[in-house]
Amino acid sequence: MNEMLLQVNHLQTNFYTESGVVKAVNDVSFAIREGETVCIVGESGCGKSITALSLMQLIPENGKVEGGEINFAGKNLLDLSKKDIRRLRGNEIGMIFQEPMTSLNPVFTIGEQMIEPIQEHLLLSKKAAYKKAMELITMLGIPNAEKIVNLYPHELSGGMLQRIMIAIALSCNPKLIIADEPTTALDVTIQAQILDLLRDIKKEFNTSMLLITHDLGVVAEMADYVVVMYAGKVVEEGPVLELFKNPQHPYTKGLLKAKPVIGERKDRLYTIAGQVPNLVDLSEACYFADRCEHAMDICRVKQPVLTEMAKGQKTACWLYEDGENQ
Amino acid sequence: MSEALLEVQNLKKYYSASKGMFKKFGDSVKAVDGVSFTIEKGEVFGLVGESGSGKSTIGKTILRLHEKTDGDVKFKGKDVFSLSKKELRQLRVQTQLVFQDPFSSLNPRLRVGDAIGEAMVEHGLVSKKEVRERVLEVMEKCGLSPFHIDRYPHEFSGGQRQRIVIARAMALNPEFIVMDEPVAALDVSIQAQIINLFSDLQRENGLSYLFISHDLSVVEHLCTKIAIMYLGNIVELAPKEELFDHPLHPYTKALLSAIPIPDPTAKRERIILTGDIPSPINPPSGCKFRTRCPMATDLCAEKAPDYRDAGGGHFVACHYV
Repeated sequence: MNEMLLQVNHLQTNFYTESGVVKAVNDVSFAIREGETVCIVGESGCGKSITALSLMQLIPENGKVEGGEINFAGKNLLDLSKKDIRRLRGNEIGMIFQEPMTSLNPVFTIGEQMIEPIQEHLLLSKKAAYKKAMELITMLGIPNAEKIVNLYPHELSGGMLQRIMIAIALSCNPKLIIADEPTTALDVTIQAQILDLLRDIKKEFNTSMLLITHDLGVVAEMADYVVVMYAGKVVEEGPVLELFKNPQHPYTKGLLKAKPVIGERKDRLYTIAGQVPNLVDLSEACYFADRCEHAMDICRVKQPVLTEMAKGQKTACWLYEDGENQ
Repeated sequence: MSEALLEVQNLKKYYSASKGMFKKFGDSVKAVDGVSFTIEKGEVFGLVGESGSGKSTIGKTILRLHEKTDGDVKFKGKDVFSLSKKELRQLRVQTQLVFQDPFSSLNPRLRVGDAIGEAMVEHGLVSKKEVRERVLEVMEKCGLSPFHIDRYPHEFSGGQRQRIVIARAMALNPEFIVMDEPVAALDVSIQAQIINLFSDLQRENGLSYLFISHDLSVVEHLCTKIAIMYLGNIVELAPKEELFDHPLHPYTKALLSAIPIPDPTAKRERIILTGDIPSPINPPSGCKFRTRCPMATDLCAEKAPDYRDAGGGHFVACHYV
C-alpha cells in the first residue's frame, strides 16, 4: 500500500443562508493515497463540490469550514495561514473545474495565464516559465504550441481549453489534482480524449487525483476508490470493483439501477421515488429514509454511521448494523 | 404502423455567420445541410449528435419556429412551410416542444395551473369554466399533485418543473412532441422518473416523439429508430437494435465506444477520435468527418459520400461501408 497523502476527518462545512443553516458537508471523512484516484460521486446538492472547495479553502463567503481536519502531506490545512494556503494552491494541489470556458480570464492570453503560476510558485524567470509552458502544451497533445500561447480563451474550443486547464494544474508538479466534473461540459468524444489524458498523466507522474463527478460511467473508468455522497454525508465507500459488483447502500444500488446502460435493454427504468431533501433543518433521521424502499422504524429516528463491511467497503445504513452482508 | 406522420426531405437551414453593420455576405453556418428522414405514427425517433451538429435546429425548423433555407417538411401530408395562418395555428396544437432547461422555459410569474391551462383556453379547446378541471387531469397524468396548481415555478425542483413543462405540452393533446434534451439537466435518479413518464405518456396516447439527445444510453432506452448527426448531416440512421448491434459508420462506432460504461470490469476496444469538431462555417471538403476519421483516404476529401440504404432500412453515408 502506498503512503497516505490526504486524510480528511469529520469535515464539516456549513452555509448561513436566510432560510437557515445548510450543512453542505456533514461529517465527511475519506483518504487518498499516493498515486490513487478517488472519486466522489453524487447528485446535485450532495456536497461533492463543496467538499473539494473546502480542501482548497475556496468556499463562498457565506460558508465556513467549522470542524474536522484536512491532513495533507503532514500538515493540517485548516491550521495554515492564508498566505501558506495560497502557496499551496496551484502548487502542491492543482485544481481543474467543470467549465473550462469560464475558468480562464478572457482578457489575458493562454500564455500569460500559464506563465503566472509557474513564475509565482516555482520562482522561475519569465523566459524559463515560458519554456515550461510550451513543454506542457506539447505534452498534452496540443499542436502549434507557439501559436496557442498567443491566443485568447475565446479562440479555443472547450476541449482545448480543458487541456490548457489541465496544463496549468500540472505546471507546478502537484502531488494532488482535484478535478471537479472536468468533462461534464464536454462532448462524448472530447470527454473520451480528456479522460484518456488524465489517465496518462496519472501513470506518468504518479499524481493522486480527487475526481468529483455525477457520472457513474466516468467513476467506473477512472476510480480506484469511490465515495458516494448523499445530502452532505458519505453513505457508502469502497474499492471501485467491490462497489460496482456489490453495492450495499440502497441509494448506491438505486443509482446504479436507475441509469440506462448501453446494451441493456430494459422495458422500464428503476426509479428512486421522491427527491433530495432540503438541507436546511434536517431531522435526526437517515436522510435517505423518505426515499428508501427498505426504511425501518429506526431509520426515521436515528442516523446510521459508516460501518466497516467485508472487502474494505463501508456503508451507513441500518440494514447492516451488525456489519455483515445481508 | 407505417403511416408517415412527418416527412423531411433534404432539409437545409443556414444561418448568416456575421452580424451587425459590417456584415460580410456569403458567410453562413450550415447548421443543417440536407437532411432527410421520416417519422411514423407512434414512433419514437432519436436524433443524436454532439454540440453544433444541428440537432436542435432540426427540431425547431420542422415545427416552423425557424424558416427553412431549402427542402421539404410535411406533417400529415401537408407542407409545413406553405400553411395558411389558420392551418399554422392548428399545427401549434398538434405539435409541441419540450426544452432542456426547465428553469428558463416557465414564466416565473405564472402559476402552474395558468401555465398549463393558458394554451388550452387560447386555442379554444376548453371553456374557461372547465379549464381547471382539465388542468388537474393533465397534472395527475404527469405525476403532479392537485395542490401544486396554485404554486409558482420557483417553488419546484428541476424534475418537478420538467413535469410541469411536459404537462403544459400534453394539455393540448398533441400528436407529435419534439423533445430537445429533456433530461440532460436532471440528476440520474430524477432522470429515470422522467424517462418512465415519457414512455407511459407515449404508450397511453399513441404519441410520436422526436427525441433529441447527446446521450446514447437514454436514446437506446427510449427510441425505436435513431439517426446520428455530424456537422449538419445524418451519417447513419437505423432501427435501434440494428444501430446498436451493427453500427456501420466510423463516427457511430467511435461514439458508442466513447461512452463510459458504469462497470469497472467492462473490457472493450476504445476508439478515441483525435481533434475537435470542425467549424460549421468552413466544414472540410468531401466527407465532413474525414478530419477525425481513422479510415479516411484521399477519396473522402474529394467527394462527399452518398447517403444510401445499406439494406433493411439501415442508412449510412460513408465511402467504406
